[in-house]
Amino acid sequence: MKTSLSWLRAYVPELDVSVQVFTDAMTLSGTKVEDCVLLDENLDQIVIGQIDKIEKHPDADKLLICQVNVGSEVVQIVTGAPNVNTGDKVPIVLAGGNVAAARDGVKEPGGMKIKKGKLRGIESTGMMCSIEELGSTREMYPEAPADGIYIFPADVEIGVDAVEALGLRDAVFEFEVTSNRVDCYSVLGLAREAAATFQKPYRPVVVSDTGNDEDVNDYLKVTVENTTLCPRFCAKVIKNIKIAPSPKWLQRRLASVGIRPINNIVDITNYVMEEYGQPMHAYNLEKIGGRHIIVKTAQNGDTFTTLDGKERNLDENVLMICDENKPIGIAGIMGGENTMVTEDMEIMALEVATFDGVNIRKSSKKVGLRTDASGKFEKGLDPHNAKLALNRACQLIEEFGAGEVIGGTIDVAEPLKEPLRVKFDHKKINGILGTDLSQETMLEYFARIELDFDAATNEVTVPTFRQDIERLADLAEEVARFYGYDKIPTTLPQGEATIGKLAFKMRVEQVARNVAEHAGFSEGMSYSFESPKVFDQLLLDANASLRQSIEILNPLGEDYSIMRTSTLHGMFTSLGTNAKRRNKDVRLYELGNVYLARELPLQELPDERTQLTLGFYGTGDFFTMKGVVKAFLEKLGMFEKENYCIDDKKPYLHPGRQADIYYQDKLLGYLGQVHPTVAESYGLNEATYVAVLDLNTILDFATFDRKYQGIAKYPAVTRDISMTIAKEVSAGQIEEVISQKGGLYLESYVLFDVYEGAQIEAGLKSVAYSIVFRAKDKTLEEAEISAAMEKVIKGLEAIGAKLRK
Amino acid sequence: MMQDKLQAIQAEAISLIRAAEKPERLHDVRVKYLGKKGELTGLLKGMKDISPAERPKVGQMVNDTREAIEAVLEEVKAGMDKKILEAKLQEEVIDVTLPAQKKGLGHRHPNTIAREEVERIFIGMGYEVMEGPEIEYDLYCFEKLNIPADHPAKDEQDTFYINKEIVLRTHTSPVQARAMEKGKLPLRMIAPGRVFRSDEVDATHSPSFHQIEGLVVDKNLSFADLKGTLAVFAKELFGAETKTKFRPHHFQFTEPSAEVDVSCFKCGGSGCRFCKGTGWIEILGCGMVHPNVLEMCGIDSEVYSGFAFGMGLERIALLKYEIDDMRLLYENDVRFLQQF
Repeated sequence: MKTSLSWLRAYVPELDVSVQVFTDAMTLSGTKVEDCVLLDENLDQIVIGQIDKIEKHPDADKLLICQVNVGSEVVQIVTGAPNVNTGDKVPIVLAGGNVAAARDGVKEPGGMKIKKGKLRGIESTGMMCSIEELGSTREMYPEAPADGIYIFPADVEIGVDAVEALGLRDAVFEFEVTSNRVDCYSVLGLAREAAATFQKPYRPVVVSDTGNDEDVNDYLKVTVENTTLCPRFCAKVIKNIKIAPSPKWLQRRLASVGIRPINNIVDITNYVMEEYGQPMHAYNLEKIGGRHIIVKTAQNGDTFTTLDGKERNLDENVLMICDENKPIGIAGIMGGENTMVTEDMEIMALEVATFDGVNIRKSSKKVGLRTDASGKFEKGLDPHNAKLALNRACQLIEEFGAGEVIGGTIDVAEPLKEPLRVKFDHKKINGILGTDLSQETMLEYFARIELDFDAATNEVTVPTFRQDIERLADLAEEVARFYGYDKIPTTLPQGEATIGKLAFKMRVEQVARNVAEHAGFSEGMSYSFESPKVFDQLLLDANASLRQSIEILNPLGEDYSIMRTSTLHGMFTSLGTNAKRRNKDVRLYELGNVYLARELPLQELPDERTQLTLGFYGTGDFFTMKGVVKAFLEKLGMFEKENYCIDDKKPYLHPGRQADIYYQDKLLGYLGQVHPTVAESYGLNEATYVAVLDLNTILDFATFDRKYQGIAKYPAVTRDISMTIAKEVSAGQIEEVISQKGGLYLESYVLFDVYEGAQIEAGLKSVAYSIVFRAKDKTLEEAEISAAMEKVIKGLEAIGAKLRK
Repeated sequence: MMQDKLQAIQAEAISLIRAAEKPERLHDVRVKYLGKKGELTGLLKGMKDISPAERPKVGQMVNDTREAIEAVLEEVKAGMDKKILEAKLQEEVIDVTLPAQKKGLGHRHPNTIAREEVERIFIGMGYEVMEGPEIEYDLYCFEKLNIPADHPAKDEQDTFYINKEIVLRTHTSPVQARAMEKGKLPLRMIAPGRVFRSDEVDATHSPSFHQIEGLVVDKNLSFADLKGTLAVFAKELFGAETKTKFRPHHFQFTEPSAEVDVSCFKCGGSGCRFCKGTGWIEILGCGMVHPNVLEMCGIDSEVYSGFAFGMGLERIALLKYEIDDMRLLYENDVRFLQQF
């Protein structure tokens, strides 16, 4: 919401503060000043001068030499302006002064300094200014010429400050009005706040009934069929319309807040809309069929051409203003071409109504049109305001001689809401705020903003324009903002102590981060939504379960249209970005959710599962990744051996280099090398490895409890065995035999050599293990070790191993 | 006679020791005089020729001589060892300015660093860190937070919908509603997490970002307590000199509500490009929990009150680390991540 300081002063005449003080105080009392434009910015030493004499420049056809009386002296100015005459009074920037912009209106930071100089050999001291050079526009100053110097009316005084005379010693504020303060979307509302903030009297415009002694009911009839969507409809009729420009001061005010002046009628409706926050609409009465306005909803499939010439599609929820034959406007959004205000119009109906805010918002979306009016209506306007605004507009019409207002007002209204009464309790308010203010202090604040106190019932009456005040907490806020948030004390909560802690899952995530980072992986983050096309990129079957994704109804585009069921696309994309930028040896991890629907379409919340995804290219291989997985599980107290089940089912992974990871028969996730075709599609030309672990599953096994096992006192005995065995037999199978047959004293085993090649028979490989035995309570005897080894060897022979001596 | 002999041996041995240049020579001296076949041992063997009465005395003399020789031997050896070690250390001088052998440690995402900072501070103040679903019922995301159906505030938040009842949460506040519903009071909690709003991607917007929100529900809580809590937080996060400024604002789920600015931690409040010359940086929103919200979550608003606050993690990360484009946070270029 924009307004100028001078406009506010129209209702708070004693408001005499600097722009900075105003900005700070308003912000602290709850009406945040977001931006402020000083209209006199970079304007310096500019006075009104009168041209005494004009001569032609001897050496330049287009230049004039003017003698200008600037009050204290007469200065010589050379100008190229085409529009000046002897006797004209014009703005003169004196030598050493400053203007805001170049002649074309382009503003420079700091403006432009004007120096004494020579033009084609003739001395020039100062410059005559156009309205653009003064930092303003012809919209604000419609009397200014299109190309030339601004010329003052003849009655201005010579030598005085031209900036002041133009009314440019002003500032335009942009306020951030919060959605609950509908009343502040009006200059009057803002003025009321300013008056309350600075404790100055608030003097709203005085409006009395307008109109001649005719009766409006003889001219117009209004029927409201849907009073829920249109709680109040007021109208007046104006005849003998004389369309003309509105007064300059009004044009200037509109232009200062960015509204283009058009003509007196349009300008008045716009002006009152800003002033009262109440939109209004003028119809050419002669075009209203039967001179009867009917407010009713449209039919599905109806269309309507708004006054911008566009055809709009309607439905049964869109409220329309109609006459007896046809629709003439979309209620609260935009009028129709068929009844619009024209230059030759003689008689018009002026509508000031209130509509259901939610309906206007929905209709505005439906018809794809958001206007200043709909923007105001959708906040839900106070019906009490409508008739006031209508009279104000008619008052201006009469004042400007824009037409003759017919007596009486059509007012079709539901019973208006009574002001709300809220129980007052100053102790409770002090309790909410942590303050110690007296009842009188609080009541004084309330009086500033028209909240009346009824001592008999101990209630505060809330004016209808303050729809945000409903209960004691709301009154507390009013107290707080006028007492000053900065003055409220600063204390710390007392009361029962609570334990600060991370949820267990977050502790597991911390371990995941630490382990990943120790292994050289940096944390990435990718979006939770992606394109359904990624499933094809991952080479997934048409019926793959990962394709069962949740769709967003209103996505930003197809690329962000489904909730991810896998973190792979995010990881591959991030790795690909790095590869394309030629970053070497890149290791990334991500902790993020996938969203698995329990059924589609979604009836209940999906299963959100947190995945630890690790990915890398560069130094390392499958077993590097496996090592990270193992280290992570061990840090979570998962010391049992996890199983890697050889898999070839995941189409996005290398068919011979992928495995599912099981712990105590529960699937934790998988790892593998990314399928070269998939990798390449992400710009990954090096071997790339990925591991995905489901943290939700891991949580069932993870523990931070540890028990000390005692440090072995008795010596360990190590036996190495070497064998040849069929290539197809996996290390996992060999190790299963060792662990099953190793007996009570088996402590550990480690693979120390695998060899396939020249010395080994085709189809076989050589494998060697170190096996360690130890007893907790004694030194092992040779016989005990030999017995254990014999069982191991027999077991290995059973799966086809031949021991090498 | 015996005494002279011993003295001669002692003098001879010591002079040999003093003259020794290498540890090997010392060893030779030890063998020659003190060894099993050495001269002193030889003398002891000759004791049988001495009268029994004299024997203890002579034995004592031999031992004294042995000790004297050993003492010198040890002294010289220690000196020699020291010199040898010094010489060895001298040889082992390295160029300490040669490059380090660095293990390539990974780096946390700046968002996570900011989040952990905030968590650390509030855990210290007794807050429990909680999580909730990212795909959430409209009921928890809006309704229970005093944002009824068709309320314009819902539009303001640019919600992504899955269907009429299920949305991508637009804030982490639903976690608060869920925690309040559990009814364990007093409650001190923070809820960090991912949230979604339909903003197009640019340097300052992302359709997916992170918030961290806090909630305290207890008896006798006041706005003054909220101010105090956030003042402590701001000092801890941005430095002991940090000042806070509370401005009135509006949120549906709090009343009174405020926005909080902190004194610019880049310029200390004098005005710079970070704070756009104002000296202040807007950092969070907060307020006293709206009694409607308490009631909808089953808490008696006559007995209990609460305060809540929320902030954007990306905003904190961008400000703290002077990151000028939000998109960098989601590109995951290691040259970016390695700087944290």
